[in-house]
Amino acid sequence: MSTARAAAILLEKELRLEFRTRELLNATIVFALVVVVLFSFSFDPTSAESRRIGPGLLWIAFLFSGSLMLHPSFGREQANQTLDALRMAPISPFALLLGKMLANFLFLSAAEIVLIPVFAVLYNVSVLAVAGRFAVVLILGTLGLCATGTVLSVIAAHARMRELLLPLLLLPILTPLLIAAVEATASLLAPQPGLERGWLALLAGFDIVFLTASWLLSDFLLEE
Amino acid sequence: MKARIPLTVLAAGLMSVAGYAALFIAPDERTMHEIQRIFYFHLGCWSAMFTALTITFVANIGWLLTRRPQWDWLSVSGAEVGVASCTAGLITGVLWGKPAWGIWWTWDARLTTCFVLWLLYVSYLILRGLIEDPGRRATLSAVFGIFAFLDAPLVYVSNRLWRTQHPAPVLLGGANSGLDPTMGRVLMISVSAMLTMMLIVLADRYRLERLRHELDELRVAGETRPGELVSALAKAPRN
Repeated sequence: MSTARAAAILLEKELRLEFRTRELLNATIVFALVVVVLFSFSFDPTSAESRRIGPGLLWIAFLFSGSLMLHPSFGREQANQTLDALRMAPISPFALLLGKMLANFLFLSAAEIVLIPVFAVLYNVSVLAVAGRFAVVLILGTLGLCATGTVLSVIAAHARMRELLLPLLLLPILTPLLIAAVEATASLLAPQPGLERGWLALLAGFDIVFLTASWLLSDFLLEE
Repeated sequence: MKARIPLTVLAAGLMSVAGYAALFIAPDERTMHEIQRIFYFHLGCWSAMFTALTITFVANIGWLLTRRPQWDWLSVSGAEVGVASCTAGLITGVLWGKPAWGIWWTWDARLTTCFVLWLLYVSYLILRGLIEDPGRRATLSAVFGIFAFLDAPLVYVSNRLWRTQHPAPVLLGGANSGLDPTMGRVLMISVSAMLTMMLIVLADRYRLERLRHELDELRVAGETRPGELVSALAKAPRN
């Protein structure tokens, strides 16, 4: 079976599983909302101040909710001992990883789509005018977050204290992604919106480096 | 471990020469005067850190490709020594920053990168402590180690790009533009002293890991085949 086909089947399985209960998605969205609301107490959310702090706040909310949301991705398989079944399937380990990555990407994107309008209203920033370019930043950022996060959730699933371990491993790795995504978002929300090509290149570079590394290391990651 | 004693003597000698040379032989720096002398030690810490972490990276790949436990012992030793050198580098940097720049810390590209590296490799060591099975611990931590090493240049580039857009109020005023020849020689001595010391600590840490491994094997043997334990103990090297 080709890698793409196997990954698509796994993606379908993940989506079906999630939409039976929607518990992961609901919890993630509400958690991100809590972060955004709590942040508003730490500064005065006027328009100018929001433009200055908002982008960082938004991405911190995504990073935190992503690092919590990614944990069940492999943690659930480990707890139900279905990971061994997946390993035994005649598919490449990268297909398994890719299916999970895509599912996580879709879940986190869904949470972002709900969160951004709420953020725009609460913090008085306008995102509609730059929606297209903002979407590019979001896609590149979310892809990098989910690619690294899925790999690290495999690692964390095999360790003790796994809930705490995943953010500990993931958040420092995401430093370059956070800087690039926050700066790109800030330049889009500025009074004269613009988008630095350097930040997009950095986001794309991050995605390429870690997707390639995941592909090369997937055999080792998912071996018995 | 026959080379250990001569190497230790060499490192001790180099360290004393380096300490003396940095304090008394190296010429006075024009703007920072005596404060600048910490530089010889500070740069030594960073070269030790980069060497140790590169060794860890190579050892991580070595383990994944060959599955020889020696690579795993080397990678944990490199990471621990690297974190120790990084801590020393950060502390000497902070001590130097206060009198030279007037502030303890600035989010400059180099400082940030080293701090993030410190966090990554401390996480690496925590991760190793949380996985029981030795084989799985070696493999999974090797994957994380490779991720951490790949991340370092990206962290540097992102901070570089960021700070060039928003220039920091204080710029690095170190001896960037041309070193005095005497300063260069003192620097060479102190860097090689720190590197030799790092390698000795690394070799000792490696030996400790090897002994731990042997102890584990003996313990397993003692539990499953008590008779063989006695003969294994008789054969064990006395070091």
